[in-house]
Amino acid sequence: MTTLTVNGTLRESAAPPSTPLLEVLRNEFALTGSRFGCGEEQCGACLVLIDGTPAQSCGREIGTLQGRAVTTIEGLQNHPIIAALIAEQAGQCGYCLSGMAVAAAALLARNPNPTRAEIATALDPQLCRCGAHPRILRAVERAARELNR
Amino acid sequence: MTDLPKSLADNPRLDRWLRFAEGRVHVSVGKVEIGQGISTALAQIAAEELDISLDRLAWRAGDTQLAPDEGSTSSSLSIEIGGASLRLVCAETRALFLAEVARLLNAAAEELEVEDGTILHAGTPTGHDYWSLAPRVSLARDATGTTAPKPRARHRLVGTNTPRRDLPGKLTGGAFVHDMVLPGMLHARVLRQPRPGATLAAVNEAALARHGARLVRSGDFAAILAPTEAALRAAVEAARPRWDNADTPTPAMSEAAWLATQPADIRTRGSEAAPPPGRSHAATYSRPYIAHASLGPSCAVAHEQSGILEVWTHVQGVYPFRINAAQTLQRAPETIVVRHAHGPGCYGHNGADDAALDAAIIATLVPSTPVRVLWSRADEFAFAPAGTAMQTALRAVLDAEGMPADLTATITSGVHVNRAPGRLLASRTLPNAQPLPPPAESSDPYPGTGARNIVPYYDIPTWRYEHRLVTGTPIRTSALRGLGAVVNVFALECFLDELADLVGQDPAAYRLRLLSDPRARFLVERAAAMSNWSARGPAGTGIGLGMGFARYKNKSGYACVVVEVEADTEIRLRHIWCTADAGLAINPDGVRAQLEGGIIQAASMALKEQLRIDETGTATRSWADYPILRFSEIPPIDIELANTPDEPSLGMGECTMGPTAAAIANAAAHALGVRVRDMPLTRQRILRAASA
Repeated sequence: MTTLTVNGTLRESAAPPSTPLLEVLRNEFALTGSRFGCGEEQCGACLVLIDGTPAQSCGREIGTLQGRAVTTIEGLQNHPIIAALIAEQAGQCGYCLSGMAVAAAALLARNPNPTRAEIATALDPQLCRCGAHPRILRAVERAARELNR
Repeated sequence: MTDLPKSLADNPRLDRWLRFAEGRVHVSVGKVEIGQGISTALAQIAAEELDISLDRLAWRAGDTQLAPDEGSTSSSLSIEIGGASLRLVCAETRALFLAEVARLLNAAAEELEVEDGTILHAGTPTGHDYWSLAPRVSLARDATGTTAPKPRARHRLVGTNTPRRDLPGKLTGGAFVHDMVLPGMLHARVLRQPRPGATLAAVNEAALARHGARLVRSGDFAAILAPTEAALRAAVEAARPRWDNADTPTPAMSEAAWLATQPADIRTRGSEAAPPPGRSHAATYSRPYIAHASLGPSCAVAHEQSGILEVWTHVQGVYPFRINAAQTLQRAPETIVVRHAHGPGCYGHNGADDAALDAAIIATLVPSTPVRVLWSRADEFAFAPAGTAMQTALRAVLDAEGMPADLTATITSGVHVNRAPGRLLASRTLPNAQPLPPPAESSDPYPGTGARNIVPYYDIPTWRYEHRLVTGTPIRTSALRGLGAVVNVFALECFLDELADLVGQDPAAYRLRLLSDPRARFLVERAAAMSNWSARGPAGTGIGLGMGFARYKNKSGYACVVVEVEADTEIRLRHIWCTADAGLAINPDGVRAQLEGGIIQAASMALKEQLRIDETGTATRSWADYPILRFSEIPPIDIELANTPDEPSLGMGECTMGPTAAAIANAAAHALGVRVRDMPLTRQRILRAASA
């Protein structure tokens, strides 16, 4: 049994310790906003925050997360990045979007005034196939403005 | 009776599209959301014609039980045909309701209007609305298509940047087929036949039991079922299937050049006269196999119960898939219900249909148990069909003024349309697999597949082409965004630059001398102005400006793309400008999103993408093997739309692909002073061209 905090709530997972965090979130806790993209930590679709640091949840075993605090897209619904992504219409198929939002939230937490280049660098590990990149970049800028108001 | 658009001609009954209940308007359509924003644009059209607010709409798209059969969501036709159909349905339905109120009030229909579903007479409520009248107005009748839609001057929703109705849900959970959970659902994965014809000799079944998993098998179709994803993954690893009789492809097959050496079915079109004598120029262009590479692997859920097989899937066409599944499973189509659910996009025929068939077959092998199939990333790269390699060779004869008087094209291509029954991945492994009929691949230019857009939109007096269809591709191929138009436009637009260069003319001016369509001319002129083309410097400075233009399918969306690059041994994008003509843009911001996405996907293809083949089949198995364009590589993209709202709407999803790839190659050639004619434009190819 692993006890951890998910989006501010204490949760217990009965999954075997080697189970990826992503599968625990999706299948045990019914938090399906984090998405399976590759299972190889190469695309960012499953990005979450672990104690505030971005991490690809497909590659983190639940057994290593005893006592840790995980934040998923479901825990970021009041973060300005969500409204900003919608305001910029920054998604097409939308499969990458929750990972994008988590990556952006992590960036804005450590750098409230990122330049366009800094945003691009921070989002570079996150893949998007539909070509929503320009809008996602604008959304992060918009969220930064909102946070700094 | 007017000629109805295809979707309406195929589904004329009004009640197949619309139903009024409990203050809502239930709209059913066959065109599905694949990220292009179609569900929002169609909603705008429906709400516009019915005079209701968007909030009144309840939407159902892609459902063999509940929605009309509009075939596949493809070829940038969902607004042109699907939208045109829905517009007529809604206009006619509104008129039927008004006629009924006119009859009840003994008033003229022209004195009536609709405000969010409520019917007014001379501005005063009549006490009637769509819902109160619904029992009296039967929609169990065929559309006539004779009710004129609203004139543009009265549009309040069409032409506005209505926000995507599906986006908020995609920023939480539950939006995708991947998120579906049915009670008692098992997770399943097919042990993939490594090569066509390989036979399954053995599976370590004893190991499966240790993971709580089990095997189901039918011929060479073998799948593992487990209660959890983790158990399934462990079981698949432990299964160690042994396959016999797999053929062994070679790495050389990765290249378009190999395809050109293969036996082909040759079809010719155009002028039968031999090219005239004169100064000529010839060049050959190519693209390798391209992965659809949707961000998530393909997924489907299926449930066989009480004689009905229900499948939830992100295929582009639920009805075509149902026919395919019915034939493959040898059962009546009426016993299969296919429902569309959101999936990860790529604007092409990816593994969605294959995963849906996997799930359907497995569900029939374990009746009463819901089954979820999610492919692995490696399987998605290795076994989803690919955009085919292509080679397009061009030869032009120039007239006395240096303009092309005659064009000869030779296109070598695998198939682009590959969803017919028997052609999905699992089909060939079933015991009852039938020999495949030849692919039904068109060689016509319109709408065309491999020959799409090979007939130039320019004033070139005579042309002819040979479409060499190679069915023996080393990997399965399918429709990837733009089909053959991507490579043909890439070739034609690079070739025009070469011709201009040969006769010492500016490439933009050269295009304008060949273009008589004023809409096309406008886009080229505007793109040149936006990009400060007149200040374009000499070749070989390391900075280059290149242009590409096409009208998709020569009858759909227009796009002109100018790209500025910086190039030495590799190419960096500095700026992209795009002008496009969509006719009446239902949702201008949606149009821009489609243009941006096409530009970025094409840029990624032109600069980076190639599936690799080795002795095992597709060697590309992960994102590490298949880089795509990332945020820091994407330049500013400026887009301008032509203001042509009185022209019919034109699909925008694919029109930028060829122009973008060509503009990049032309810009690179301008920067470097040497030309690379084969995608992707890699460092290795640049070095080779420079040393030639």
